[in-house]
Amino acid sequence: MTTVLVFLDHAGASLAKSERELLSLGASLGEVTVALAGDADQAYLDGVGSYGVQEVHRPEAAVSEVLVAGKAAFLDATARSTGAGIVLLGNSYEAKEIAARVGVRIEAGVITDVVALAADLTATKSDFAGSYTVDCRVTTDVAILTVKPNSFEAVEAGLPSPPREVRVPVNVPATVARVTGRVDKPVSGRPALTEARVIVAGGRGVNGDFGPLEDLADALGGAVGASRAATDAGWIEHSAQIGQTGKTVSPQLYISVGISGAIQQKAGMQTSKVIVAINKDADSPVFEIADFGIVGDLFAVLPQATEEIRKRGL
Amino acid sequence: MDEATAGGLRIAVLVKHVPDAQFDRHIGGDDLTTVRAESILSELDEYALEAALQLVEAHGGPAAGHRVTAITMGPAAAVAAVKKSLQIGADDGVHLTDEALNGSDASATSKALAALLRHLGAFDLVLTGMASTDGETSLVPAQLAERLDLPQVTFAASLELTAAGSGWTLGARRDNDTYAETIEATLPALVSVTDQINEPRYPNFKGIMAAKKKQIQVLSLADIGLQQDEVGLAGSWTRVEAAAPRPPRSQGVVITDEGDAGVRLVDFLAGQKLL
Ligand SMILES: Cc1cc2nc3c(=O)[nH]c(=O)nc-3n(C[C@H](O)[C@H](O)[C@H](O)COP(=O)(O)OP(=O)(O)OC[C@H]3O[C@@H](n4cnc5c(N)ncnc54)[C@H](O)[C@@H]3O)c2cc1C
Ligand SMILES: Nc1ncnc2c1ncn2[C@@H]1O[C@H](COP(=O)(O)O)[C@@H](O)[C@H]1O
Repeated sequence: MTTVLVFLDHAGASLAKSERELLSLGASLGEVTVALAGDADQAYLDGVGSYGVQEVHRPEAAVSEVLVAGKAAFLDATARSTGAGIVLLGNSYEAKEIAARVGVRIEAGVITDVVALAADLTATKSDFAGSYTVDCRVTTDVAILTVKPNSFEAVEAGLPSPPREVRVPVNVPATVARVTGRVDKPVSGRPALTEARVIVAGGRGVNGDFGPLEDLADALGGAVGASRAATDAGWIEHSAQIGQTGKTVSPQLYISVGISGAIQQKAGMQTSKVIVAINKDADSPVFEIADFGIVGDLFAVLPQATEEIRKRGL
Repeated sequence: MDEATAGGLRIAVLVKHVPDAQFDRHIGGDDLTTVRAESILSELDEYALEAALQLVEAHGGPAAGHRVTAITMGPAAAVAAVKKSLQIGADDGVHLTDEALNGSDASATSKALAALLRHLGAFDLVLTGMASTDGETSLVPAQLAERLDLPQVTFAASLELTAAGSGWTLGARRDNDTYAETIEATLPALVSVTDQINEPRYPNFKGIMAAKKKQIQVLSLADIGLQQDEVGLAGSWTRVEAAAPRPPRSQGVVITDEGDAGVRLVDFLAGQKLL
């Protein structure tokens, strides 16, 4: 049976949805072993074990104080010692970069942004900002795949059970960049953008006031995103940016509010299932890709919609 | 040691020639490779070039002996990306071009660019964009750092250099989803920059005229000591098997708010079972 190595980083109190998706995907492909870069408490490890994972490999040396290269050296060592045929990672910038370096180190092909995977490991992804669907394959013995959240089912896990811990010696390269400081960003309590079922995104039209968008997002259990115009203006965290140089999202529902729909914005959201656009300019290009468009003032439309949802007790 | 005696900085900026996203982009041919008509200098690489020019300006300008070299790998037409970089302000350019490079994936691209950089000799700093706007993988910078054994400082949202002893140290900021990091490294290093780092300048008339006199070195695989089958489709570790344009989204209903659009939105969401 193929050994599938799943790389996990930044362990939280419990497994995140995207981590459960990775473990479930891994289990459908072979026997899963986990490479865990950071520290984790017992509940998290038990959660990993509930997916049938018998072994969690952890670095002997601290690898997080070095940018990317340390974690890549660790994953390289683990891929070799476990003889993994498939290595799965998440799709964050950092995960892609770790995949990139491990690919060079073990001479394996890397495919990023995977949204579907056939039994023969043909991977499907989007190209050109969602305007193409591409099937590709790794031609080397080992395949390294970074998987987009929300693409695979997180199958219900079994009973929590503690996996065995294996310490892996790591040779961190000497020529590295060091992380000298780390500042946590405020947490919102809303779902993560890349995992959210519903996203309400605001642009320059919001004019500094995301309040009505947050209210609607909360009524729908969704996340709040933004165009670059809104993040550049400092109205909302840069990590909320959706588009070419921000996040690529494909939620069930994307509500675009006061956003004109520039090509770089569309690049990050046009694979959403259903798109709703609210804009006061009827000629806005965003209406070309909207399933339901409203020409109107967001400050009138959003509060009414939020109130209506609450009234219907939904 | 002060900056003048620290010696001139040699900065390589990697610029890619990519299909312009303002037009429809296509994948075609027997090998399912990118169709390269209507191509431009990747706009995300303009941030890397601007970062290089700003570093030079912050440390005594060209008079201090610094040199910015724009480097591209691609077919004949890709030289346009280097020419544009020279107009914007790079000092000289290099174009790696060879039939055998066609169809290179990230690993083959990084292999060729690494061999090219080794061939060109000591750079203090290799600057790249955060992603190519066609490949969009962000794999190449990390793979270059790995192959060239350079400190990797990727997705820099800010960047500064300080002369230290006989060399330079680098400071950068990097934004992740849940935290921001400050990064330090000593040169030589590889740095990729995001679109948060600066506001790229446009070429002006003087720059366009000056560019005509700047040198572009054209190199082939043989020049940099690589075999044909080490790169291109033959040297790639991934293969495209099928590519299909996604049907364009069809426009849905557009209504004009007459005081009840909020309620009608909720009706629509209920109809789609999205509540
Ligand atoms: C290299 C590069 C990368 C980029 N990356 C991204 C990216 O990742 N994501 C991104 O989004 N952009 C990106 N951009 C920027 C992009 O080109 C656009 O400039 C940006 O998306 C515009 O944001 P906007 O739609 O919010 O603002 P605008 O284009 O100014 O649109 C604002 C809209 O709000 C509407 N409006 C105003 N008031 C109201 C109201 N009261 N009610 C309803 N509607 C109202 C207006 O009619 C208008 O359509 C990038 C650009 C470059 C060059
Ligand atoms: N063919 C190329 N020529 C020059 N630079 C490149 C090339 N391919 C990639 N790069 C550099 O690597 C960065 C990331 O590209 P990618 O990994 O393809 O997303 C780009 O922004 C460029 O700076």
